[in-house]
Amino acid sequence: MHKLPPSMFGARCKGCWFLVGLICLTIASFWTLDLKWAQFFSADAARRMGKFIGEMLVPETSSKFLVKLAGAAIETLAMSALGTLLAVVFGLALAVPASKTHHHDPARWRAISRLLLNMLRSIPELVWAALLLISAGLGPLAGTLALALHTTGVLGRLFAESIENASTNPAFALRTRGVSEAKIFWYATLPQILPQLVSYALYRWENNIRAAAVLGVVGAGGLGQMLAFHMGLFQMQETSSILLAMLLMVALVDAVSHASRRVMSS
Amino acid sequence: MLALNPQTVKHDPAWLGRIFWLVAGAVLLWPLLVLTEFKIWTLFESSNLKPTLRFLGDFFPPKIEGEFLLLVAKETWRTVAIATAGVAMALVLAVPLALLSVRVLSVSALTGKMNRSPAIFRTLLRWLMIVLRSVPELIWALIFVRVVGLGPTAGVIAIALTYGGMLGKVYAEILESGDAQVTQSLLRNGAGPMQAFFYGLLPQNAAELTSYTVYRWECAIRSSAVLGFVGAGGLGQQMDASMKMFNGSEVATMLIVFMLLVWLADATSAWLRKALG
Repeated sequence: MHKLPPSMFGARCKGCWFLVGLICLTIASFWTLDLKWAQFFSADAARRMGKFIGEMLVPETSSKFLVKLAGAAIETLAMSALGTLLAVVFGLALAVPASKTHHHDPARWRAISRLLLNMLRSIPELVWAALLLISAGLGPLAGTLALALHTTGVLGRLFAESIENASTNPAFALRTRGVSEAKIFWYATLPQILPQLVSYALYRWENNIRAAAVLGVVGAGGLGQMLAFHMGLFQMQETSSILLAMLLMVALVDAVSHASRRVMSS
Repeated sequence: MLALNPQTVKHDPAWLGRIFWLVAGAVLLWPLLVLTEFKIWTLFESSNLKPTLRFLGDFFPPKIEGEFLLLVAKETWRTVAIATAGVAMALVLAVPLALLSVRVLSVSALTGKMNRSPAIFRTLLRWLMIVLRSVPELIWALIFVRVVGLGPTAGVIAIALTYGGMLGKVYAEILESGDAQVTQSLLRNGAGPMQAFFYGLLPQNAAELTSYTVYRWECAIRSSAVLGFVGAGGLGQQMDASMKMFNGSEVATMLIVFMLLVWLADATSAWLRKALG
């Protein structure tokens, strides 16, 4: 006896409604946006694009410029590293009150610290950077703090989850002997979750290098700031070199992370 | 192993190592602080502190006039629309790229090694996807704002290019990760590559493909809001304009709306992915 396949459409078919909704959303999106396709495919745009690409084909390679470029690349790396480091410290500081470690833990600050972490996390680095420009001014400080704020939200949540998921037995053993909560954290909980914290931090650092490279376009330092500067002046050869440096950096980070993952998993 | 008697050992047995690592960390930290011009005290100088406090003070109460709210609602919709249109166009790019680069659908690979020209073709397509993906959407947007002018067109194209590469690469990986037996036996029995795809490969992986696409749509909403900062339309552009005018109450409203939007997209995508299994 062969069973017939279910009919393609039916009122109870979740997938069909999903599809219909999706198509409506897409049509509405294209319809309401004033997309200038005519302009995009016009001869004028093609000419501009051609000129753009033509100018980009010859990157600037004078040694003076390359030294400046290397400086900006190192600044980007430093921003990402310091931003991640600050985020680890503050993320851990917020993750402790945001976690409920044992059954009788009142965890009074849990809800409010989680709310704070979610707020930090839901604002992207670039928006933080644009906000911080007002108080920190142009330059890498704003970018570093922006990375630190967003990453604190991300890491704090992950850290809180690892603290809650850690085995409670060592902590229980210490607690029954009357050891203080601070010491329990340092000697029972932290050593258990440390490998996980390190791997989360490294993963975020990788993301932050990529983010730091583009963060500068609002003026927050690193390669991005240099890119925005030279692109604004229509210096296409310099722009092309900076773009290449960015791509190289991202590719390098990808390759290193891929290789280290393979080494560690084998 | 040394027996540690808690009565005699009062101090931390590993204190020397801990201090060493702390000092080593501080030495490594110093150049970072110099490189990033980390002069945190500049934040508290009165020339910087005063405008900051005024700006922050302006945050409360957030601006909730009818006309302004209408504008924010319109820009929020535009943000969603840019993300949706961008992902739709990314699909147009990603699906053919993924289909052409999947190794499981190769007929010549059924009998041992794939022929040389299709193998080279597939590798080239993969490289193309990697290049598209590794240029961040913000950079694409910067470039296309120069070509087509300010507005959502640049944002849609930027998302389409980056996400096209990303989706294509991951689709190919998903399609290749599953059990290839069904597809290959279809191919062996004379089905064309498209038939093998629709009856073998797609039903096996449809849920995973959809769930990844929904997840990326959620990411696209976040990034389309950010793209506005380089002039690609939507909530970000409006926020940028208000920030440049130090209008704290408008920024506050838009930040709240932005957080709600991210939260809503997050919840919708989680619900959809769960419903799709």
